Amino acid sequence: MSPKVELRNVGLRYFGLEGETEALKGISLSVAPGEFVSIIGQSGCGKSTLLSLISGILKPTEGEVLVDGAPVVGPSPKVGYMLQQDYLFEWRTILENAVLGAEIQGADMAAARERARQLLTRYGLGQFLNHLPRQLSGGMRQRVALARTLCTEPDVVLLDEPFSALDSQTRIALADEVNEILRREGKTAILVTHDIGEAVSMAERVIVLSRRPGRVKSDHAIKFTAANGSRPPPFKARSTPEFNGYFNALWQELEVHVEG
Amino acid sequence: MSKVDVAGPAAPSPQYLQWLQRERRGRMTVRGAQLALLAVFLVLWEVAPRLDLINPLFTSYPSTIWPTFLEMLEPTPQQASILTHTWFTVVATVAGFSAAMLLGTAIAAALWWWEGLYKVLDPYLVVANAMPKTAFVPLFYIWLGATFSIFGMSLAISLFITILMIYSGFQGIDPNKTKLAQTFGASKGQILMKVVLPGSVPTLIAALKVNAGLSLVGVVVGEFQSASLGLGYLIQYGSQIFKMNIVMTAITLLAIVSSLMYLAISWLESAVMRRR
Repeated sequence: MSPKVELRNVGLRYFGLEGETEALKGISLSVAPGEFVSIIGQSGCGKSTLLSLISGILKPTEGEVLVDGAPVVGPSPKVGYMLQQDYLFEWRTILENAVLGAEIQGADMAAARERARQLLTRYGLGQFLNHLPRQLSGGMRQRVALARTLCTEPDVVLLDEPFSALDSQTRIALADEVNEILRREGKTAILVTHDIGEAVSMAERVIVLSRRPGRVKSDHAIKFTAANGSRPPPFKARSTPEFNGYFNALWQELEVHVEG
Repeated sequence: MSKVDVAGPAAPSPQYLQWLQRERRGRMTVRGAQLALLAVFLVLWEVAPRLDLINPLFTSYPSTIWPTFLEMLEPTPQQASILTHTWFTVVATVAGFSAAMLLGTAIAAALWWWEGLYKVLDPYLVVANAMPKTAFVPLFYIWLGATFSIFGMSLAISLFITILMIYSGFQGIDPNKTKLAQTFGASKGQILMKVVLPGSVPTLIAALKVNAGLSLVGVVVGEFQSASLGLGYLIQYGSQIFKMNIVMTAITLLAIVSSLMYLAISWLESAVMRRR
């Protein structure tokens, strides 16, 4: 099967007056359609930069990024990007926030509004459509951000530490919800995080990036043997026997960097 | 961090009622002190000249303001009605700050669009803003003529501060909001219209507040020089013929005009901010 997302020998350097910074170097990886991949690494290793490259808002200095076999030349409706915080516009209602992407892309607004209404209702926000963001809690706001991302119907969803601004309980609950939504809709997902537990419990593959300049250090397949043969949801996965093994292996790999 | 409105207990406790009463009394005291201060000022102004403590030729009396106003309501062959004078000043001020807002926002948007332009113009804008614009009143009179020099001064005095305030508001927009719009493929124009401008509404209102006051200063100063209409002209005219009652009446009207403008902008602000 041809990969959904592919990076070929991608490098990125930032330029400043003090010199250039190599953020990513020689990154090659591919993600299959419908696959859920986590990328972990320490802060500053270029994880978020990698997502910006896939989304097309940054261009690589070397190498190329392909989505569906075609080089990425700019942001495309095929790729949805969920940022670290919700960044809801405080002057727009929840529904107006959710249709922002469709509005920018010049999509059919009546259909987009209907889709947003359905998504928000499914996420339990049905009675808040005409509320303003400040009236919602952190977890609710991040669900609106998810609806905003999915309202443009992307095939690939990039998640840049989307739960990092939430308290730990909301975080774990929302990880379950997001995981369920993305898998049910068959989306290809790439999650960037520094939370090993989150990475292991949500993804089929965990890729570890080295410190700056970020390179692919290792690539771990994650498998859980659940009772009914299917993959357990993230919260349940955390209490499987395999989870601790993966967690410790990745933990050690990241620790080596702290000492080195 | 619950954002859901908390309903108060069914019956307020006696302590709460007491607290409410103290609050109310506190507010009444402040309001009372404000009115008392005004009353003391007016009484001193009225009584001091009558006791020969100050020369009434210089200060007139507050009690003459209302009769002077009534007397000046009727236009004479030499003089328009005082309402016409007031109206002219109000129109010039509103025109001045509206033009400053529109032009200032447009220029700030251009500076945001072309960052290089901002880098080049930055020192000139800062100097133009720091410059005492009233120094240009005589020049404007020569360049623009009697009427337009007043509009020109009203605009000049408020334009540069508007540009600087709005531009810094544009720069204060969270870059992540811009990034979010970019992930959907937003063009620069879309970022301006959907992120930067709506996100700067509080700044626009703050600029409007500063502007309205400055424009009024510009109009009055412009009228000193060149007008045959307007409250600034009346002040100039009244002081030349030593009729302090005319001067004081015009100044009182200016105070009323600026209070009304302030109220109008505060109302606009609360109407807009309720949406946020």
